[in-house]
Order: sequence, then C-alpha cells, then structure tokens
Amino acid sequence: MTSVSALLEARSLKKYYPGVQAVDGLSFEVQPGQCFGLLGPNGAGKTTTMEMLEGIQSPTDGEVLFRGRPLDLAFRQSIGIQFQATSLQDFQTVDESLRMFASLYACTADRDELIRLCNLSELLGRDTRKLSGGQRQRLLLAIALVNDPDLVFLDEPTTGLDPQARRNFWSLIKTVRTRGKTILLTTHYMEEAEQLCDEIAIVDQGRIIARGQPQTLVQEHFPAAIVRLQTTAWPDNEPLPNYAERRDTVIELYTDAVPPVLEYLERIGAGLTALRIDTPSLEDLFLKLTGHSLRT
Amino acid sequence: MWQRILAILAARNREFYRDSAGLIWNLLMPVMMIMAFAFIFSGEPRALFKVGVIAPPTQATTSGFLATPHIDFIPVTDDNAAVVSAITKVQRHQLDLLLDMRDIPAYWVNPDSANGDLVERLLLGAYAQQDQANSDSSPQRRAAAGEALSYADWVLPGVLAMNVMFSSLWGVGWVVVRYRKNGVLRRLKATPLRPIEFLSAQVLSRLIVVLTTSILVYLGASLILDFPMRGSYTTLLLVYTAGALCMISLGLTVSARLRTEELADGLLNLLSWPMLLLSGVWFSMEGASPAAQTLSTLMPLTHLVDAARGIMIDGASVLDILPQLGLLLGLATLLLVVAARFFRWE
Repeated sequence: MTSVSALLEARSLKKYYPGVQAVDGLSFEVQPGQCFGLLGPNGAGKTTTMEMLEGIQSPTDGEVLFRGRPLDLAFRQSIGIQFQATSLQDFQTVDESLRMFASLYACTADRDELIRLCNLSELLGRDTRKLSGGQRQRLLLAIALVNDPDLVFLDEPTTGLDPQARRNFWSLIKTVRTRGKTILLTTHYMEEAEQLCDEIAIVDQGRIIARGQPQTLVQEHFPAAIVRLQTTAWPDNEPLPNYAERRDTVIELYTDAVPPVLEYLERIGAGLTALRIDTPSLEDLFLKLTGHSLRT
Repeated sequence: MWQRILAILAARNREFYRDSAGLIWNLLMPVMMIMAFAFIFSGEPRALFKVGVIAPPTQATTSGFLATPHIDFIPVTDDNAAVVSAITKVQRHQLDLLLDMRDIPAYWVNPDSANGDLVERLLLGAYAQQDQANSDSSPQRRAAAGEALSYADWVLPGVLAMNVMFSSLWGVGWVVVRYRKNGVLRRLKATPLRPIEFLSAQVLSRLIVVLTTSILVYLGASLILDFPMRGSYTTLLLVYTAGALCMISLGLTVSARLRTEELADGLLNLLSWPMLLLSGVWFSMEGASPAAQTLSTLMPLTHLVDAARGIMIDGASVLDILPQLGLLLGLATLLLVVAARFFRWE
C-alpha cells in the first residue's frame, strides 16, 4: 500500500555484498515534517540503508521513492546529508567549505542565518581539520542544510561526542525541525531516538523488528517498571516468580506496581542494598526482541 | 634496550613485507631498470664517429673512405633543406663531418670539433691512398663553424617535460585516489555535482599549477644557464600545454577507479619510469636498439621532448611540430573521454 503523502519511501530494500546480507527486505515510509529514526546496533545495516536512501548506493533489490518518484537529479537538490565520518578537503576553512558546497546547488539557504543557527560565527576562519568533535558536527550539519533541503539525512550524528555536546546538538536538531524539515536519522543511542524521533524503526541484522513511536513501542512490550537486583542478593533455593527473568548477574522483575514487589522481596529475604527500579527503555526492548544489546 | 630496539625493528619489518604493493615495487624496480638498460643498449656497439653523406653511391663500397670501420655513415638526401639541416648539424657538433659526393667531392667540417679533425684526417688519408698519383683530387674543404651543444642545453627541454609528467600524474592521479579513499568523493557524490564537472576542475587546476611551475623553472634556469631558445615562446608554451593535458588525462585514467594509494603509486611509477628512461630525456635514443626505439615512439613523453627540443634547439615552428602537437592533444582527448567513462565516485 502506497501512501501518496509519504515524502520518502523504502520498498523491500535489499543489499547483498559477497558473503554478507547487509539489508534484507526493509520497508518503511517517512512523512513530511517527521523525524524518523533507525535505531540499531553497529553492523545492523543502518548505514547501508541510509546510503541506498540517499542515492549513493544502489539496492540489490527493492526501490526508493521520493515524493512517489524514483531518485533523480531533482532529488539531489532537495536533500541534505550529514555524514558519519566525512572527509572534507584539506586546507579549507569553515567558511570556504560552506561556500563551496553552497555553490554546488541551485538554491541555497541564507548563509548568515545558517551560521547563526549552527553557532559557527567564531569558527569561520578556522581550518576544518582543527575543529573539535562537536564543532565539526555543527559544521557538517550546516553543510547538510546549505541548500535548504526538504529532507535531511543524519547518520549517527552524535557518535563520539561528549554528553554535553550531544545535548547541544539535540537542541539544534529540534530547532531545525521547527523550520518544517523532515529528518531521517540513524543512531545506536536509545536516548537520542527517544529525544528526537516521532517514529522509530528498530533494525537488527538488516531487518526491521519493531516500528512505532518510541514511548508506545516500549509500553506495548513492557509494564511500567523493572525492578533489578543482583543474583547474589537472591536467597538460595527460592524459585523465581513468573514475572522475573535472570540475565547474567542481574535478576529483573517486570511489574506495573512496584510496592507489592518490594514487599515480596522483603518477605523472601532478598538483599535490597543494590536494588534498582527503572522505567523500561528501548534498550530493554531491543534486548528482549533480539537477545543481544544495543550497545555492542 | 636491545629488546626495545628489536621489538620496533620486527614491527617495522612486518609492516614492510606485508605491504605487497610497496614490496613488489622495491624488488621489481631495480630489476626493471637493469633490464631496461640492457634492452635499450642491446644493439650493435656504437660507432665512434658520425659522418653525413650527400648522394652516396648506391652500391656498397669495399674500399675508400666509405668503407672505414667504426664510422656511422648517415645518408643525406639531395635536396636543399636536408643539406642545410646537415650543415647545421656539423655546426652543432652533431655530425662530425658532412661529405658531398654529388659533382665535385667536397666536405664540411667544424674547425672547433676534435672529432671533426680526426675524421677529416681519415678522409684525406683515404683519398690520398686511393689516388696516390693525383694530388688534385682531394676533396674541397668547407668550414662549418659553431659551438657544441652542451649537455645541459640539450637536456633542459627534457627535464622540463619530465617535470610536467611527474606533476601531472601525481598531482591528479594520486590526489583523486586519496579523495576516494578518504570519502571526499562520496560526500560530493551526494551533491548535484557531475563527474565531468569534477574532472574538468581537476584538469584545469593541475594545468595551471604545471604551467606556472614550468614557467618559473624556465626563468630560473635562464638565470643560471645560457641555453638556446631559437623558437617562439608561444609555440613552446603550446607544446608544453598539450603535453601537460596529455599527462593529466593519463593520471585521471589511472585514478578513475583505484581505491588505494599504494596501488595508485605503483601504477604511476610503472608508467613514469619507463617513460623517463626511454623518452630521450637523459640520452638520445639514436644509439639504442630498434626495439627500444619503437617502444620509445609509443610514449607520449618522447613526442613532447622531441617537439620541445626542436623548438628550443632547432627553432622549429608550429608547423614543424604539428605532428607531435596533434598526437599529444589527440591522446589527451581520448584519455579524458576514457577517464570520464570509467570514473567512479567510490
């Protein structure tokens, strides 16, 4: 079923390399104005999928449609891409890089505005190789926005950034969204997916294993809370209740109501010193669906 | 201390022999050079003297001057242009003597040439032996004075051409491969930029660099040396531009798909070193074996060097070097088309 209003559509995308099935039948749609996330561990096929959507790699099978049509030259004019580990040419300043990329497009965004938005005004004369991680990501984002695109691709935009820089970047993305841009991003940080995305698709081994809004996805699979304690704190010969699971050195108890569980634990004589009570997260969801964790 | 030295030594050795491209080049290159020299000079041992003969007798002579061993007798056709050219060669010490066998035997010799002096004695001696009775039959002497062309003067056009070649091949070929390896090309692939636009920019950029440096080198050389420049500067610039375009296109063709710098390096070396040895840059290919000379004509650098030398030393005009110009530009166009056709962003 095709949604006429979808901005970008992936239909049964497949990509095979010799010996490796990188992407194995991926389908989803991105609506205009949405922020759509592909969440998954390294090696899940996210970057390969992104490259096929960006038009850089051709799929072994399946197709990509932009506004209902196959990718063409007009597509290149309407998109912006922020690469994961991009290489800009040596010996160029921030300003020169921005200008060069702007010259490649027919229509460009207001330069001063873009510089202000990405907080680059003090960095304009600096060699691009001498930027810190956070500064470089801001420049790459500015370059991605230089042609005022309708659709922006962000490939693991905050990998390698410290928590503060990461948070700053998130607020930058939120500002970009207020301008009506559609964003497609990949990440293996669940907090990033939760913070930025309206809709996510969880990807593992080249396939989508779950899709939906971050909050509802978790609620669909888990109750309200997880109570965690060390296996050593569990009293000997006491069987696990049916709402509990043992994972390595941790025992997890899933429940909608915490106090009764605490009473139960106290009753059986479990050690409560290293107890944790968490809200289920995408991390837990991923673990449940795949058996391995998001963080490899 | 030794333990540390040995540890680093072992790691460096592993790094060296596992770099197969580098290893092959290190082993292969000296072997290739030895083979090349053997090949180039595998012809007959060279003669000691070179004598031009206008209108030589059609039958081979067994006696007389023309039968003198260890002399290269080069026939000169009986037309004005060829004769004038031959006399010029005597002036430039490129021919030791020019013998005219048309009506009255005569010869041109360069009074400043030591070789000329010796060949002259051989000539007169041979004639004296033949006609012992008749002392009037010795051939007429004509002086063709002129300075020898020094090696530096002779080699300069080739050195400029060599510089053009290296700068063009590596400035484009290696750079594009490095871009491809670093992901610069991939970033550009996502933009509206088309391959032919990207390649044209690279060609123009390198052309400007190559021509500017060549001009600077030329000016620098002219301050130090006093070399001949008998042709027009425009023609010289034209031929070096054509040569640069040809080499740049060659570099682009090599780099159209390569992804590793080591491989690019190896291939570029494989192309440039034979050209360096066989194109007449350092020594004239006239004394080389016929097979080597054939190989030499297949190389674009040969034609660039020939044309440049012709302009600087012989004062050749655009018309004179038109064949070389056409060949260089034609090859440049062909290679550019091939490069654009085979180009991959990744």
